Amino acid sequence: MTSQIRIALRNCGIIDPEQIEDYIARDGYIALAKVLTELSPETTIDIIKKSGLRGRGGGGFSTGLKWEITRKVQAAQKYVVCNADEGDPGAFMDRSILEGDPHSVLEAMAINGYCTGGSKGLVYIRAEYPLAVERLKIAIKQAKEYGFLGENILGAGFNFDIEIRFGAGAFVCGEETALIHSMEGLRGEPTVKPPFPSEEGYLRKPTNVNNVETYANIPVILNKGWEWFSSIGTEKSKGTKVFALAGKINKVGLIEIPMGTTLREVIYEIGGGIQNGKEFKAAQTGGPSGGCLTKRHLDIPIDYDNLIAAGSMMGSGGLIVMDEDDCMVSIAKFYLKFTVEESCGKCSPCRIGNKRLLELLEKIVQGNGTMEDLDKLRNLSTVIKDTSLCGLGQSSPNPVLSTIENFYDEYSEHINKKKCRSGVCKALMQYLIIPDNCIGCTLCARNCPVNAITGERKQAHLIDQEKCIKCGACMEKCKFNAIIIN
Amino acid sequence: MKIRSKEELNKLRDVLKAKAAGLAQKDNSSSIIQVKVTMSTCGIASGSRPIFDFFKEELAKRNIPAKVSQSGCMGFCYAEPTVEITIPGENPVIFGFVTNKKADEIIERFIRKGELVEGIIPQDYETVIFN
Ligand SMILES: Cc1cc2nc3c(=O)[nH]c(=O)nc-3n(C[C@H](O)[C@H](O)[C@H](O)COP(=O)(O)O)c2cc1C
Ligand code: SF4
Ligand code: SF4
Repeated sequence: MTSQIRIALRNCGIIDPEQIEDYIARDGYIALAKVLTELSPETTIDIIKKSGLRGRGGGGFSTGLKWEITRKVQAAQKYVVCNADEGDPGAFMDRSILEGDPHSVLEAMAINGYCTGGSKGLVYIRAEYPLAVERLKIAIKQAKEYGFLGENILGAGFNFDIEIRFGAGAFVCGEETALIHSMEGLRGEPTVKPPFPSEEGYLRKPTNVNNVETYANIPVILNKGWEWFSSIGTEKSKGTKVFALAGKINKVGLIEIPMGTTLREVIYEIGGGIQNGKEFKAAQTGGPSGGCLTKRHLDIPIDYDNLIAAGSMMGSGGLIVMDEDDCMVSIAKFYLKFTVEESCGKCSPCRIGNKRLLELLEKIVQGNGTMEDLDKLRNLSTVIKDTSLCGLGQSSPNPVLSTIENFYDEYSEHINKKKCRSGVCKALMQYLIIPDNCIGCTLCARNCPVNAITGERKQAHLIDQEKCIKCGACMEKCKFNAIIIN
Repeated sequence: MKIRSKEELNKLRDVLKAKAAGLAQKDNSSSIIQVKVTMSTCGIASGSRPIFDFFKEELAKRNIPAKVSQSGCMGFCYAEPTVEITIPGENPVIFGFVTNKKADEIIERFIRKGELVEGIIPQDYETVIFN
């Protein structure tokens, strides 16, 4: 039987997030107390390193290693940042953790401060998450009242405070350097790495940036030991991953699975299969930076490395399921449109290149594409990936490349046969009246918003394809099944 | 209330843990029916706030002692609003797509009489929860 294992979500849906007592009753702040009184920063970092925990915000960098790097840089002031920007479409993991268990993140940030030498924590969260913000505020206030934040925490002589910083909801501000600039009051634009934030971040001081879910794992690892944590998962991906299941799946929801669970188990067991008994076509992971997994990939154990090998990526955990009614060219176009809107515009490959990619895709869905355009898409994608400044541009062509790779037939059908098998691309559709079925009732003509239908009463009608805007009104109204989509 | 040491925290944790366990135990002096309403963005958007108020007001009006509280997302976003009911000594049961009418039925039949009521979210996979 497929199992969910809830580590990051251990308290979500169980405790009242506005009652710190509920969190304490479930061993809340015990890890912080243990670290402050029994473990040195080095030992603590060592435990996190050995646990095998990797960043859940997308990149999958070793969390322990990042903490060690931040610790080793000498500076009078260091910062601890929680990345709660969560900008990919369809993702709601981090929001759910902050809404359901905000203290787990606060506790982990304090532990990070103790380990790296930071005394100030900042949660960067989009203002579009009002409930998460509200619960965070309440949690910070309560943690201060109980003395888990503030001066001389638990009598151990450690000082740590946390503040909230609001983002305006730009996808690029989830990128850590852009996030830091946004907090500094500058434009939310990335800068070249190195220097990495761990070396030179907020206000040019060493800054440890981790994702919400990464932090939420920390207290459990310290309470239960790294051996326990690293016994879950695959060889190089330890523990669990939270996914937000969305799209054409029966049980849209929030799940947490051990690394190594297959896509088949996620979709058909936990997710209850595809809506309306339709056929599974693809699942997008990694949002606009990722790619699609197909039927071929249903039995691959999900972990960081396998997803990359499959042409996608873990990303932060959005998992959008598509069925036979989704057109993969349009899906690629959707993600690219998102990227074009969200690109900060600082570097030309991303600003101009993605726009050109989008135009090529638009040409194909309009039925004007050529096979040459496919080569252009591929070549330009490679250039954008190789030359963009930040992760946004470096990964933005992924949805295009992965859909071409996995659904080449659909692209070539759009180009050569001017056909969209899912019936999504309107320019490739034709509403036709079958003369034999048409009794000339005139109902369709009277309902066409653009007067595209002509014909005498009691005689077969005709649709003027030049005028038709493909709204479908005529087909809906016809009582004799005389109108079809070609 | 400031916690000044690890020992103080451990003590508080033990007290709170025992208190929470006591609520769910059968024949404990503090045992009580617990109603948890999912109040995350997905839950509230689907209408869980009025359901929360309904349980709170109606249980009081009908003289059924109960602890009504809010929680974060239980994961069943497709079935919001969701409500978890724990009768002392029994396993918690989660209901999905709860409306005021369903809530009334849950109170009268499930809570009062212990009858099975439709709308229970089936758990067809195992969930291991750590703390
Ligand atoms: C365009 C872009 C958007 C990103 N958005 C997020 C985000 O919303 N949340 C997040 O945690 N990391 C995001 N990241 C990754 C961060 O730059 C950074 O790697 C991460 O916060 C580090 O935390 P982790 O090691 O715990 O994953 C994004 C990266 C890029 C390039
Ligand atoms: S790759 Fe795109 S988002 Fe990143 S810096 Fe360049 S223009 Fe901005
Ligand atoms: S699809 Fe719409 S626009 Fe086209 S003929 Fe029918 S009613 Fe007119």
